[in-house]
Amino acid sequence: MAEYTWPAMEKRRVVGKRISRLDGPAKSSGKAKYPSDLNPSNILYGAILTSPHPHAKVKFIDTSAAESMKGVTSVRVVAPAGTEIQWAGAELAFVAADKETIARDAIRAIKVDYEVLPHLVREEDLAKAGARAKAAGEQVSGDPEKAFTESAATVEGFYGIPVITHCCLEPHGQTIQWQGDKIEYWPSTQNVSGVGGDLARGLQIPVANVSVHMDYMGGGFGSKFPSDIWGRESAQMSKASGGRPVKLFLDRATELTIAGVRPSAYANVKVSASADGTITGWQSESWATGGIGGGGMAPIPYVFTGIPNKRMNHTAVSLNAGGARAWRAPNHPQASFITCSALEDLAAKLKMDPTDLFLKNLAYTSRADVYRSQIAKAMEMIDWKKNWHPRGEGPLDGRMRRGLGMGIATWGGAGHASECRVNIHPDGGVEIELGSQDIGTGTRTAIAMVVAEMLGLDHTMVKVKIGENSFPPSGASGGSTTIGGVSSSSLKAATDALQKLMEVASASLGTSADQLEATDSTIRVKGDPSKSLSWKQACQKLGTRTISETGKNDPKNPGGLNTQGVGGIQMADCSVDMDTGVVRVNKVVAVQDCGLVVNPKTAESQVYGAMIMSVCAALIEERVMDEMTGRVMNADMEFYKLAGIADIGEMQVHMDITPEHDKRGVIGLGEPCAIGGVASLANAVANAIGVRVPTVPLTPDKVLKALYGDKLGMVRA
Amino acid sequence: MQAFEYASPKGLKEAVAMLGPDAALLAGGTDLISLMKDYVVSPKRVVSIRNIKELGGISGKSGGVRIGAAVTFDELLSSSAIRAYPALIQAAQGVSSPQIRNVGTVGGDLCQRPRCWYFRQGRGLLAMHNGKSLVEGGENKYHAIFSSGPAKFVSASSLGPALIALGAKIGVTGASGSRSVDAAKFFVEPKSESEREIALAPNEIVTEVVLPAAGSLRSGTYEVREKQALDWPLVTCSVAMGSDWTRVVLGHVAPVPYHAEAASKMAGASGAKMTDGDIQKVAEAAVAGAKPLSQNAYKVHLAKVAVARAFQAARG
Repeated sequence: MAEYTWPAMEKRRVVGKRISRLDGPAKSSGKAKYPSDLNPSNILYGAILTSPHPHAKVKFIDTSAAESMKGVTSVRVVAPAGTEIQWAGAELAFVAADKETIARDAIRAIKVDYEVLPHLVREEDLAKAGARAKAAGEQVSGDPEKAFTESAATVEGFYGIPVITHCCLEPHGQTIQWQGDKIEYWPSTQNVSGVGGDLARGLQIPVANVSVHMDYMGGGFGSKFPSDIWGRESAQMSKASGGRPVKLFLDRATELTIAGVRPSAYANVKVSASADGTITGWQSESWATGGIGGGGMAPIPYVFTGIPNKRMNHTAVSLNAGGARAWRAPNHPQASFITCSALEDLAAKLKMDPTDLFLKNLAYTSRADVYRSQIAKAMEMIDWKKNWHPRGEGPLDGRMRRGLGMGIATWGGAGHASECRVNIHPDGGVEIELGSQDIGTGTRTAIAMVVAEMLGLDHTMVKVKIGENSFPPSGASGGSTTIGGVSSSSLKAATDALQKLMEVASASLGTSADQLEATDSTIRVKGDPSKSLSWKQACQKLGTRTISETGKNDPKNPGGLNTQGVGGIQMADCSVDMDTGVVRVNKVVAVQDCGLVVNPKTAESQVYGAMIMSVCAALIEERVMDEMTGRVMNADMEFYKLAGIADIGEMQVHMDITPEHDKRGVIGLGEPCAIGGVASLANAVANAIGVRVPTVPLTPDKVLKALYGDKLGMVRA
Repeated sequence: MQAFEYASPKGLKEAVAMLGPDAALLAGGTDLISLMKDYVVSPKRVVSIRNIKELGGISGKSGGVRIGAAVTFDELLSSSAIRAYPALIQAAQGVSSPQIRNVGTVGGDLCQRPRCWYFRQGRGLLAMHNGKSLVEGGENKYHAIFSSGPAKFVSASSLGPALIALGAKIGVTGASGSRSVDAAKFFVEPKSESEREIALAPNEIVTEVVLPAAGSLRSGTYEVREKQALDWPLVTCSVAMGSDWTRVVLGHVAPVPYHAEAASKMAGASGAKMTDGDIQKVAEAAVAGAKPLSQNAYKVHLAKVAVARAFQAARG
């Protein structure tokens, strides 16, 4: 039985190096083809008719005009008369046609009558939710009332973070062809190995009849696991159209309306501390929505779970709006924002530096040492000691007032189930096959690096093949589970394949396999580099035989190759125009551990992306619902505001790469770095302007209201 | 998008002959194409004016400057001829997308439709529903704070406020000949759903913008917006000061660029010499009579700030 271990940190030649992603040139030149780029011959275009009403019953639907339009090959009704629609944007019918324009015109030719029903699409004001609000029960520990009575300082605050929507650059959808009993399926998916089975179940056909192909995808962030109704209906339309391929990707308005949202979180919080800053009590009444199904409680108090006296109440609010899908670190950014805002307000009341308050209470967290060193590092990166001032007392440059803030994060990130096959061919070629996907994080490159490391090769000498469900199955990419899973299965497969090669090569080198090592593209005798074969020579000894070995990551027994549990600290430096309420980001910094870092370059890129997403959510991004019409008002890239280069400020990332973290094995990174940013920016603004803006995004209207309240019209211009 | 007939005439006269109630003019296409894709407009004929040479070019005219309607933002900003009109330059710089600056035109900026999200969802310019204004009862954070009628959208024109402040004239050609309109009169507040927000008949084309001689003119534009990267302004203000006059024009606060006449009069001949305290009074005068909606009182405040900062920009 081979031993599976990561090579010692100081001996690694590939893993741990800053390597540019292998598919960068293909992606940036347009050579890489995404599912939405594919145009197989004889293609049809799909379109969806969606409901304009947020709550209605379909009384009548007539597709005859659409069916008789020239170029229309298939029309399918999915919401027949009697169907109750629960949100605007819900799917009613699908059309396939020779041209996209025809498909869209045909959709408009479908006649529908509705019985319009009462709706609710906003939840910020819980009092208006009525019967749509459902209490989820109370959790109490210790004696919070006593804590509040006896503590030196207590603060009460209201904090809110609205629903935001997924906004993948490549929208949801697929190109699909159902011919005979076989389906060729090119989805934009985070779930190459599993999405075919999901489709097959919906269509009631054998899973083995579905071939999934996806080389590249334009983002998922948690929203692209299932085959979805548009996948199943496109398959049916292909079948009904004589097996012609059908391409259907959501248009931007539909994408932002129904392809998944991040639930909101609102909370009235009371938190107390003794005079030295030790937190003594926490009380929260929170509410949230993720659509018609309501919304669960964000895990508050976040990270500081050991606070002794707590009372938490939560209410789920059901709305007639597009539903939730996992959104990079589900419920954690919300929890971090609410908790860190309340703690920053508490520190302000105690006239303490918030970093001191956080440090004082690390015993309430599960990784005090990690956070202590991360806070110290982040403070150094943002020059906290020099730049932080008590609330509202930061320096004024013209009309710009500056402030600093921090946010905290935690996540699991254990590797998912993954199988990987490594083939070593007699000509020296190395192929790695696994049914995984690169959702933009650099997974393809990381796999190549791991196998190259184990085989003693350069990472450009191995070929990574992913994106096919015919390859050994690998888990869906969600919850920061991919890197742990694929790096472990790849390491094991490469270890076993190398063992086989050494057994063959050992005879030529006059020693046993256990006396050999693979390094610098050679197989050589340990301690005697003169006795060596080049990689190619060694592989030639295979004759005509290919070595093919499969490695497997079992999440229940990762064998020390991967593990879970990380911390992260982000700090922000902002300036606020005290007259316009416009917030400008000066600098944001992130300190993050994720165990053994396979590729620091792509890891940092992942953190940069998360920090940019945090700037969006903190300053400009929200789904705007109109209560009168029940519609999303900003389902576009114009008023659904996302940051541009000019908005993000300077960004610095520090990956905690140390022997202590490294020896834990590989841990996922995607979620933890997407958590603390919103809190850090909201706290920086509170620190700058001297008052709390209760809800994000921190747009000028809200900043000015927090600053001047009803006197808004009277301040100096 | 509904199928349409496409024409690309080479001459102005030919183009005018092709226009009518069912036709639409295509210049840069940054607005028209999205309106068509959203079925907000569905013209039967699209007339491209890209090949009409007489609509291009920037040149001196009567001591001032003539800017062809088909001149792009990029061409405008690259031209030394407009150097004496900082309010116009700063307004054009507010369009912070190279892609839009490369194709978007001066005429298109003046004629673009409002960005009101109710309008863009096909609910009409006035967005009335069962006799009620959707804007007044709904999401109006970005809407008008000045309005004399049922229209609550804001004029989307980036250049309009600066052109009005500078006293520009807009040249228009139709079947019955050419006319010149004061920039201030080019924009109109529709009182009914059948009216337009610009004084242009369906068979007319904007051909040029003519800036008066700059002389000792001072001017500046200030823009407040949520994002620094491409975004619509929350409020803008353009100020121009001649030897014995001042004009203060606000953008994105009304269905038209809003000439704050009381403020202009108050600043009068002393615009360039005003103290910060004087500017404060002018800013207050500029927003007198504002009637904010349920979510946009903050824009009244921003308008005052924009006025003050536009004066500061104009003073240099």
